[in-house]
Amino acid sequence: MNKDIIIKVCTGTGGIAAGGNEVLSSFRKTLSSAGIESSLQDKCSAHKVGCRGFCSKDVLVDIIINGEKTVYQYVKPDMVERLVNEHIIAGTPVTEWIAGEDYHNFHKKQIRVVLSDCGEIDPEDINSYIKAGGYEAAKKAVTSMDSEEIVKVIKDSNLRGRGGAGFPTGIKWELGLKTRSDLKYVICNGDEGDPGAFMDRSVMEGNPHSVIEGMIICAKAIEAHHGYIYVRAEYPLAIKNLKLALEQCYDKGFLGTNIFKAGFDFDIKIFKGAGAFVCGEATALMRSIEGKRGMPTPKLWHSAIKGLWGKPTVLNNVETFANIPKIILNGADWYRRLGTEKSGGTKVFSLTGKVKNTGLIEVPLGITLKEIIYDIGGGIEGDREFKAVQTGGPSGGCIPAKLLDIEVDYESLAQVGSIMGSGGVIVLDETDCMVNTAKFFLEFTQSESCGKCTPCRIGTKRLLEILTRITTGNGKKGDIELLEELSGDIKATSLCGLGMTAPNPVLSTIKYFRDEYEAHIKDKKCPAAVCKDLIEFSILEEVCKGCGACKKVCPADAIRGVKKTPHRIDLNLCIKCGTCFSVCKFKAISKS
Amino acid sequence: MEKVLEKILASQLKEDFNILSILQDVQDNFNYIPEKALNWLSKKLNIPESRLFGIITFYGQFHLKPRGENVITICRGTACHVNGSEKLLNRLLLELDIPPGEDTTGDLKFTIEKVNCVGACSIAPVVVLNKEIHGKMTFDKLTRSFKKISQSE
Repeated sequence: MNKDIIIKVCTGTGGIAAGGNEVLSSFRKTLSSAGIESSLQDKCSAHKVGCRGFCSKDVLVDIIINGEKTVYQYVKPDMVERLVNEHIIAGTPVTEWIAGEDYHNFHKKQIRVVLSDCGEIDPEDINSYIKAGGYEAAKKAVTSMDSEEIVKVIKDSNLRGRGGAGFPTGIKWELGLKTRSDLKYVICNGDEGDPGAFMDRSVMEGNPHSVIEGMIICAKAIEAHHGYIYVRAEYPLAIKNLKLALEQCYDKGFLGTNIFKAGFDFDIKIFKGAGAFVCGEATALMRSIEGKRGMPTPKLWHSAIKGLWGKPTVLNNVETFANIPKIILNGADWYRRLGTEKSGGTKVFSLTGKVKNTGLIEVPLGITLKEIIYDIGGGIEGDREFKAVQTGGPSGGCIPAKLLDIEVDYESLAQVGSIMGSGGVIVLDETDCMVNTAKFFLEFTQSESCGKCTPCRIGTKRLLEILTRITTGNGKKGDIELLEELSGDIKATSLCGLGMTAPNPVLSTIKYFRDEYEAHIKDKKCPAAVCKDLIEFSILEEVCKGCGACKKVCPADAIRGVKKTPHRIDLNLCIKCGTCFSVCKFKAISKS
Repeated sequence: MEKVLEKILASQLKEDFNILSILQDVQDNFNYIPEKALNWLSKKLNIPESRLFGIITFYGQFHLKPRGENVITICRGTACHVNGSEKLLNRLLLELDIPPGEDTTGDLKFTIEKVNCVGACSIAPVVVLNKEIHGKMTFDKLTRSFKKISQSE
């Protein structure tokens, strides 16, 4: 056999949940028992890759024979034997398992910069990254560029902070460089707390080296010798892969003293977070590393002047750092041209919610929301009607259908009352209640508010109380106006970004879906039939077949009836959990 | 207990001294932070107990009460929320007879906890059973895994 065989199995968090590790070991076992591994030796490899983006199709497997790639979807361990026998040995791909048209549509409009190596290289092997051109940018920066030169390239590239606020990265670095100090720090913010966003996790898991390389370049640019990566404790695989990557870097001499033999020293340590959303805020994160309660401090000066332990600190997001090596290698012009006039490059979004194709996507800034949802996402799941898209997590807002043509960048999203945020894009359909959605986000921000400043601590609590009142049918006339007024005050007077943006979900849902609020308050009705206290379950007698499925699952024993005759729900006992609604095959349960 | 604490302290003091990492190690070892450990650390490190208490209660990961043998984490991120994670959570609390405001069963077998987001949004709703992530969760699937856990004991 004269073949070159590479098998790539997705083992990101999504891949593992779908059984990625079992698929990989199954491949290794089958290859060795078929004698392929021993006959081809280093021309045959089966290895792990990080997140491929299209997690809903996991486990995704690439089989590459002599450079020709075939992508298989939904691979299970018991499918491996047939793949090896038919595709690898006999040379005929198993067509019914090949990823179909939606896989290609999902990728068609994407441009992968940050994610280009994610899902291609083995995250546990530094050589795999080096083979793909890794650490060339860091070597170039450390050995042949001076600090001002690096800062200029980053400034020219128009790269803006991918953590959400969009502060120009080059300007931050310039400030860090110009501030004189015996000690400076580089911090990578991997405390990705926004529910519904997972690009940082995927990058740290799938290509940890790109983040480390970005940090090395930053260290050289601002002349810092110490770095921290702050990772959420909820991301165990990211922590594991980063740790391994750091060890390999020290072995190769890319970190430590005299790196790249250019007389420059740089060390990186991992700091594990402890479960506090507010620590994603820069000053709170630094307090956390200092071993304190992670509470934000007033920004009297930029942290590039006075940050961690009072020393100049440049803090960037994971995705921001992962962009850096590509910019150094391909030049500022290349990167700038990918995006819009004010924001260069691409942005990774996590597309989730009620779309057909969910997953991680990377698109040039300036793409429209419509393209993201319908071309890449494949439209709404179950062909229900689109209602809104929520961007920017709990700090963002809901955007209605009529605004889907806006081009996505920092400014345009802010204009319609949302934010770019870290890049979560959650699609909502007609079965989602907008008041409930606003309440959901407020529950989150209220419980994550650190409590330091009054507007945020008490204001979010009051907002949540009013929203709870509305969703339980106790809303009063004037509540909407009260929400608006209070939201304005919280935005204007809170100390940090958490409070300043917390009312966004409320304001944007009132702005675009005021009628839903009014229906809850005036008519005591939830148009989407979500709010428990405003709905009632009943069984449609003429449709019910009396199969008893609902009776069996009802946790409150609220369903009565004899087999083969229509059942009914005892409303005094019903806890409105909706289990019967989801198990009924005949659509005999009505929600109103 | 003291021996374990001594060991944690010794290994932590080798590097930069960081109280957060020490507390994380304590939590990993005992599954929660016992009051006695808090007293001991406070004396040993000369840090007021109130400050340690402040740190522990600030971060969601630290627990002052013992946890169940099996920890079931329900993701309450946005994607999971719109895909019905609240229902899963409520059903589970009902099924395990955990009273409101509590998170652990009386026999310390199960702890149900919420997490803001585990970042596996495209396979929502997500449930983490003893550190293993399970996607596209339904109540049926959850009940089956439960039975498996109970039987294996």
